[in-house]
Amino acid sequence: MTDISLDTLTTSAARPRRDIGIKKRYAAERRFRLYGVLAIAVGLAFLGVMLTSIISKGYTAFWQTTVTLAINFDEKVIDPSNKRATDPNVLITANYPKLAEAALIEKLGIDPNDKAEVRKLKGFLSDSSRVQLRAIVAADPSVIGTTRNVDILAAANMDSAFKGQIDLEVPESRRKVSDQQVEWMNKLKAEGVMAEHFNTGLFSYGASSRPETSGVGVALIGSFYMMVIVLLLALPIGVAASIYLEEFAKKSRFTDLIEVNINNLAAVPSIVFGLLGLAVFINFLGLPRSASFVGGLVLTLMTLPTIIIATRAALAAVPPSIRSAALGLGASKMQMVFQHILPLAAPGILTGTIIGLARALGETAPLLLIGMVAFVADYPKTPFDPATALPVQIYMWANEAERAFVERMSGAIIILLIFLMAMNIVAIVLRRRFERRW
Amino acid sequence: MSFLLVFAIVLAIGLAAFVAGRQRARAQDDGTVKPHSRAHYHGWWAFLTGVVPAVLFLAAWDIGASAYLNSHIHSALPADVADGTVAQEDLAAGLVKSLASGLRKLDSQTLSALPSSFAELQPMLAAKGVALAPDTQDYMIPIATEANRVSDRLGMISAVVSVGLALIGVGFGLRGISPRARARNNVEKVMLWSLLGASTLAILTTIGIVLSMLFQTIAFFEKVPLSNFFFGTVWDPRFAAAGAGASEGQFGLIPLLAGTLYIAFVALLVAVPIGLMSAVYMSEYAAPKVRAVVKPALELLAGIPTIVYGIFALVTLGPFLRDISAALTGGTPFIQAQSILTAGLVMGVMLIPVVSSLSDDIITAVPRAMRDGSLGLGATRSETIKRVILPAALPGIVGAILLTASRAIGETMIVVLAAGVAANLTLNPFEAMTTITVKIVNQLTGDLEFNTPQTLVAFALGITLFALTLVMNIVALYIVRKYREQYE
Repeated sequence: MTDISLDTLTTSAARPRRDIGIKKRYAAERRFRLYGVLAIAVGLAFLGVMLTSIISKGYTAFWQTTVTLAINFDEKVIDPSNKRATDPNVLITANYPKLAEAALIEKLGIDPNDKAEVRKLKGFLSDSSRVQLRAIVAADPSVIGTTRNVDILAAANMDSAFKGQIDLEVPESRRKVSDQQVEWMNKLKAEGVMAEHFNTGLFSYGASSRPETSGVGVALIGSFYMMVIVLLLALPIGVAASIYLEEFAKKSRFTDLIEVNINNLAAVPSIVFGLLGLAVFINFLGLPRSASFVGGLVLTLMTLPTIIIATRAALAAVPPSIRSAALGLGASKMQMVFQHILPLAAPGILTGTIIGLARALGETAPLLLIGMVAFVADYPKTPFDPATALPVQIYMWANEAERAFVERMSGAIIILLIFLMAMNIVAIVLRRRFERRW
Repeated sequence: MSFLLVFAIVLAIGLAAFVAGRQRARAQDDGTVKPHSRAHYHGWWAFLTGVVPAVLFLAAWDIGASAYLNSHIHSALPADVADGTVAQEDLAAGLVKSLASGLRKLDSQTLSALPSSFAELQPMLAAKGVALAPDTQDYMIPIATEANRVSDRLGMISAVVSVGLALIGVGFGLRGISPRARARNNVEKVMLWSLLGASTLAILTTIGIVLSMLFQTIAFFEKVPLSNFFFGTVWDPRFAAAGAGASEGQFGLIPLLAGTLYIAFVALLVAVPIGLMSAVYMSEYAAPKVRAVVKPALELLAGIPTIVYGIFALVTLGPFLRDISAALTGGTPFIQAQSILTAGLVMGVMLIPVVSSLSDDIITAVPRAMRDGSLGLGATRSETIKRVILPAALPGIVGAILLTASRAIGETMIVVLAAGVAANLTLNPFEAMTTITVKIVNQLTGDLEFNTPQTLVAFALGITLFALTLVMNIVALYIVRKYREQYE
């Protein structure tokens, strides 16, 4: 036995080794590995490019250029015929932008009677000065006749120019800011009068036709209402449904039907839920269009399958010994589920719920169909008032042509992504801290 | 009285019953008889007997009352309006309803001396911040006041009855409290029924989806022949000419379906190889440390909302591809900014994590023994993957691809922003084509009358999409399930 094997070994070692294509096979192996690395690299590269492109376009939206002007609340402009004691409308309809313009003229040292020069100032300051100065006067009418420093927003084009986003090499006639305006801008900048501040307006303003006064305020409130509604409805219903299916249901044709249904609903395109919302909630039940309540209901139906699937997995992961122990000590089945299984499954359920909420927060398509593409400038007081949602606001800005809106849009995407990331991190932390492995 | 107020009263009665029931059960427990249920179960049972019938009645009455009010308004409309078209009648009824809700804002003094012409009434309502349609007619004012009176009366009845029901129920529940009463079993039975009710919501949703779309689709096919929709090759719904009988729109499904499938195909061409290869690499090659970093990063792709992908395609990738193609030909770009290629590429990237997580599950489900057997026979790792693991996992992977394809077909925001709105029939991937989902959004986001074919077609498109994805999902889930059973 030993002899034979020794013999064969020596003979095969003596002859040159038969070519079995080992080199080729190893090369194929390396190629295959390379494909794998490439595939992952492509995915990550795309992620990187996408995030960089959005952040580089959007981070400037968090700053807004303002011009600090000594506004003289001139009685001759606000209330020329001195009727404000009798007619409150005077203070509402007064020509406030003129005050801002006059202050700017004085600051730049232009001759107020030089019509041609004054005309070049058009489009330097935002028209929002009307609202801003009116609010100051309305809050304290005694300010009339005095002078006070106010930060006036620069118009969108000046804002872009100030941030260096407008190419000044382009001939003057083909860009939105004139050479004279740029000169003034540099002068004000050197004096420290014109400067960038953190853009709180981005978070507080509603829809507006002027980029510098539009923000995600209304959308944030609308999204918040919807998330609360989804949480209040989807979590209890989803948990109840999963408890029934996982703990109580006997295997029957009916429970099979429910399971197939849930799996299917998880894969139904989201836009179909929008059609359901439009036909049932708005046309059949007569709920108001554009309301965050309807949006919340639609998103609830959409999120339910996600929550049910996650909850069932969490319930199934609780070991049978706990069930047997509870039952053995005389607990009823209901007591076992609610007092023992559910608390142990809670971290898993919460994780699934947060992930479901994060998906609902980013969902756009069904909300378009129930009329949330609306120009809403006022804060919704209740969930039944017209509102928009964060992703819908992004979609609406995507349809605007002005570059300042693109900046706002990218800024809003950054806000949305920060929210989503925070939710996902919370979910991961919850899972890490509380998940038990049996 | 408003629905919410009555509801709150009923709830308050229930809570009082809970406290009273618990107290009563505690008082009865003198230690001589062993109680069957703990005291708070008796409290809950009293709560349930009070609240459940009252709330059920309240909900049923509210639905019935609004239906009754509706028919009441319709029957009160004058003969010439009621004999007109259904749309006219609905319009008039709607005006009456908004007038009635506007009248609610007026104080009782104004209401008792209500002017009989709308011209006089309008400024009074406008002062209260109620804006009404100018075509509100004078005859509607008495109908609206009458409707308000009827609804007040109905509301009063419902409030009295439901509060009465709650009190009777609470009395019944409290009377039944005794040490041997089976309160826990009763409460648990109600709980079980509500759990069952929650789980049937999934079925109700599906039924709701199907029915809501089916009715609108039937209404659509009453106006447009089936062959026009399913076999038409022209999509031209003519918003401008809506309602004009002579120029009916063309509702051809084929260009939309072709665009949908084409874009989904391009997306799968991107997603399937990349997703599959990265899943294979992750599960077979990657070191645990690499895996721990790269896997969540790839999953990040799945967490980004599709609108962000759409914006990226619209703002960055589309113009970039157009400029590149312009640079290549030295002038005119051959890739349009909105094109099948752009939409397909971006959608493909969005689907990478879907493919990779589904196939990761499937690859790891292939039994260890098969892998070890192949490696033991001297095959390299890649040969094991290509000749043993992938063939064994093939049915599962096909299922995963089907599921991914159904996601691609139903995806909306990316194509709305990146694919364009022109319903072309073309084979050139550098041109724009449109999809079913884009057209659903287009037809329904605008101020349109609801019952025109132009809006109803969205539901016909929706049900087509639903049927398409449903079949794919069912087949895919079936294949995946069968495949799992095979190795379990």
